[in-house]
Amino acid sequence: MPLFARLYNFACWLTEDRAAAEDLVQETYVKALKGFSSFRQDTNFRAWMYRILRNTFLTSQAGLKASAFVSLDSDEAPAEPATTETPESFLLARGDQEAIQKALEALPMHFREIVLLCDLEEMSYQEIGATLGIPIGTVMSRLSRARRAMRALLAAGVQGGSQ
Amino acid sequence: MSCDLWRDWLDAYMDESCTPEEAAGIEDHLRSCPSCAADALARMQMKRATRAAAARYVPSPEFRLRIESSIQKTHKPFWKIVWVQGLAACAVALLLIAVSVSLWTRHSSREQALAELLDLHVATTASANPVDVISTDRHTVKPWFQGKLPFAFNLPELDNSSFKLLGGKLIYYRHSPGAQLLFDLRKHELSVFIFEDQPGVTPPGAGVATTREKGFSVETWSEAGLRYAVFSDAGPADVHALGDLLRAAGRQ
Repeated sequence: MPLFARLYNFACWLTEDRAAAEDLVQETYVKALKGFSSFRQDTNFRAWMYRILRNTFLTSQAGLKASAFVSLDSDEAPAEPATTETPESFLLARGDQEAIQKALEALPMHFREIVLLCDLEEMSYQEIGATLGIPIGTVMSRLSRARRAMRALLAAGVQGGSQ
Repeated sequence: MSCDLWRDWLDAYMDESCTPEEAAGIEDHLRSCPSCAADALARMQMKRATRAAAARYVPSPEFRLRIESSIQKTHKPFWKIVWVQGLAACAVALLLIAVSVSLWTRHSSREQALAELLDLHVATTASANPVDVISTDRHTVKPWFQGKLPFAFNLPELDNSSFKLLGGKLIYYRHSPGAQLLFDLRKHELSVFIFEDQPGVTPPGAGVATTREKGFSVETWSEAGLRYAVFSDAGPADVHALGDLLRAAGRQ
């Protein structure tokens, strides 16, 4: 099955629960099979699958709960905490996988998913736009803000840990 | 441009989403600005670290089996459908190409054979001695070919028609012996070529085919193992009328 392990990993990050992630992946494949006739050969298969998974999550109870805290259109609103981060502080955190995982968990869902699609899945901005259903300009601004928020979380964690 | 503005571009640069010109501009700035260079390096390391840290969850083999079996129960794997559809499209394309090449080759072979026979017809009509046996009598012309050809053919009775037999001669076409008969119709000369029907030698085609070849009317057909071709500068209807007479004689 193509993308199976990657979809599962992405689903775990969205749901923060392995059992819910399994249900989400299963439902994604069922929907993909049912809707396969609507899949156009000239479109991006990976973006199509991730989009199904994400939309399924957003309409689930956990997804509704996650998106209730922050509107997906809130790119203009400041979402990251104030920080005094410096490049050096990022370097201090770079080797700490656990710190990065905690920072990812702490990110709002719409920031977390875009960081995962870009940094982990290595999707192009165009693919991310197709997956999330947003224009490329929004991809760039949301990604920039998501990374800033993550740096701030890491810097706060490093400062907190060193105190 | 200030460092703040350059830093807005660092993410796109790191994600390889800049144009070559934009990337060149950023690289120029990074070479001259240690602060931005350190920021770019930190962002790259962060991206790399995020990639490693985010690959955190691995599905269990049981879950994979469960999904596979539930999908196979009801559906053919759809990623296989993509491949099958792709393969089917390739097969159809190859088939179309093969048929096109075959038709083109066949068409090309027919065109070449007709062109060679047309040359023989033109050379005959231009010759001072167009035929070897000069006679308007079919009972003189037909026996003349006895012993010269490995086949026999019938000539039509022309008393009640406008056609007149002028004679005939033995020809060799693509190393095969054949008969060339010359007819007259209102000052137009018509050549009738008769060969044994051999694929690759005689002009290919099915049924009675009337065409135009460089302004000449041409009709070809096969009958009783023989391949016939009529050439003339007369109209297609006249060529077809002579063809009808020859076909009727061939069936006798």
